[in-house]
Amino acid sequence: MAIDIPRIPLGDWIEAGLDFLTSEYSIVTRGISRVTQTGINALNDALMWMPEWALMAIIALLCWRLSGVRLAIGASLGLALIWNMGLWFPMIESLTLVVIATLVAVVIALPVGILAALSDKFYGLIMPILDFMQTMPAFVYLIPAIPFFGIGSVSAIFATVIFAMPPAIRFTTLGIRQVPKDLVEAADAFGSTRGQKLVKVQLPLSLPTIMAGINQTIMLALSMVVIAAMIGADGLGNEVWKAIQRLRPGDGFEAGIAVVILAMLLDRLTQTFRKTRKA
Amino acid sequence: MSETEQTKIQVRGLSKVFGNHPKKALELRDKGMKRPEILEKTGQTLGLSNITFDVQEGELLVIMGLSGSGKSTLIRCLNRLIEPTEGDIIIDGENIPKLSEKALLECRRRHFSMVFQHFALFPHRSVQMNAEFGLEIRGIDKAERAKKAREALSHVGLDGWEDAMPSQLSGGMQQRVGLARALANDSSVLLMDEAFSALDPLIRKDMQQELLELQHRMKKTTIFITHDLDEALAIADRIILLKDGEIVQIGTPEEIMTHPADDYVARFTEGVDISRILTARHAMRPVRALARNDDGPRTVLHKLSENGLDSIYVTDRERKLLGLVEADAANRAAREGQRSIEDLISDDFPRVGPDEPLHNLFAMFNEKSYPIAVVDEERRLLGVVVKGAVLAQLAEAGEQ
Repeated sequence: MAIDIPRIPLGDWIEAGLDFLTSEYSIVTRGISRVTQTGINALNDALMWMPEWALMAIIALLCWRLSGVRLAIGASLGLALIWNMGLWFPMIESLTLVVIATLVAVVIALPVGILAALSDKFYGLIMPILDFMQTMPAFVYLIPAIPFFGIGSVSAIFATVIFAMPPAIRFTTLGIRQVPKDLVEAADAFGSTRGQKLVKVQLPLSLPTIMAGINQTIMLALSMVVIAAMIGADGLGNEVWKAIQRLRPGDGFEAGIAVVILAMLLDRLTQTFRKTRKA
Repeated sequence: MSETEQTKIQVRGLSKVFGNHPKKALELRDKGMKRPEILEKTGQTLGLSNITFDVQEGELLVIMGLSGSGKSTLIRCLNRLIEPTEGDIIIDGENIPKLSEKALLECRRRHFSMVFQHFALFPHRSVQMNAEFGLEIRGIDKAERAKKAREALSHVGLDGWEDAMPSQLSGGMQQRVGLARALANDSSVLLMDEAFSALDPLIRKDMQQELLELQHRMKKTTIFITHDLDEALAIADRIILLKDGEIVQIGTPEEIMTHPADDYVARFTEGVDISRILTARHAMRPVRALARNDDGPRTVLHKLSENGLDSIYVTDRERKLLGLVEADAANRAAREGQRSIEDLISDDFPRVGPDEPLHNLFAMFNEKSYPIAVVDEERRLLGVVVKGAVLAQLAEAGEQ
């Protein structure tokens, strides 16, 4: 009964495309790779150069200033536990990856989000791409990352940026589009240029929403950074990965708890930033 | 309004069609079709049709109509927040619909400041920073704009509130900030879009009074939109009545009240208490008999009996009102042989300015029922109002 319909070689086309990119643009990818690796190393070195207690004190102080005593105490206890479990350096490595991936993601996401907010055409173009980026299983990004940037942290950053960027774009667009119409009209009525309108009215008013998007991006980045251990990224994910291979659930949970602590810390910190800006 | 007024804005044949095929809609309009038919035939909404009027320098022009009459569209066409479909809007020689993007921004900065129905204050900026907004956009330097903004805030009675955030203020105060933001900008025309409609009635009355005072002090050309006839009558120099995107009538509040152009206007004006619109000037009659301060008591008595009066107003040579002499007093003085009436003049009499609303006059007719003297600013006697004349005037206006 089977009717012989020729299979559409979608996978082959994508591979051919990726091969073309890796071979023709290797200078570009290698350049990106070198710059990113330098950034990762510098931040890692800086954070690891500090004694554990010093970094803990700095983070606690930051928590105290931005939020309050409770978060400061919680952060100190959590970090102390990580230190105690011997996961301090993997934690630093993960933190570095998250920070750099988030920075790259936000730097790309803000202008894209602003553009999508201001132009309906661009909005129509970018939204399906964002849907694609978000629903594609995260692991899939790991595969092309390797031929582009080789095994290691740079590939992890690449995959993480793609996976974590969409919320920052979406929330930026949403935030700007949600600015009340009469305020935009008021800005227009006084003769604002597009730039003035954006800087003086639209961006300040959408800041809480944009920060919520960045918060989401950080959370997604953290989850992806852990998965990226599969392509050789350092950090807490690597500890989990090792525990799986050796079938040691205790080690796995310890590393997992460290991820949870880091996640809560980053989440609460960025959330308080959001709230303080709103007040 | 003075006689030597200058035209600030000329609006000529302004139309606005909402939809993708404005030409078709305008063609049908030119064939005499009205808004509902055009909507049915083309799917285009005729927002404004062939609007022509002038705005005089320094006047307070009220554009009035029910919702859907096109008044919000009209005010937004003036500064092109809404793009007009056809027509000219000429302000100081510039034709606004023809301006380039850049020239338009410049025109908005120089000519128009707007006050919005729901205030539209920037919630992330303090009261002071809100008031500075227009100047900031124009690139005025910091010290200068801080000073101008503080002056404007002071004009609207918000001294000491500079550092507050808009959310900390009541509705009335927020709209004061909105007004200050517009005034600080020092633009030549003030556009007020239902500026007081969101305020509760008492605050609203206060704001109307304050706007009138500001307007009197600053002589700023103001275009004020409202759906409320009472408000229009309270503040307007002239009123433009809109219906379905067309002008039904242009006139002073009195003209609109006493000579409504058609049934639509008449229905609009039905609910209004006419005695608030008509003023002493309307009910005033020329003085039948007048005494001069150098008249003797006998002359006065003669004038009184000749005209059948109980009392008579006394003026000096310049027709300035000095007071009132009663027949009894004149009689007594004549018997006692006094030569002058100067000592008889009583200062206890009712007097009003020519613009006093009639409804304020009722309370002034006291038991003695002297006619009410109408005097101008130099205290010259313009005429008198007697009780019957007020009622007659009201009855007459009511019939129309």
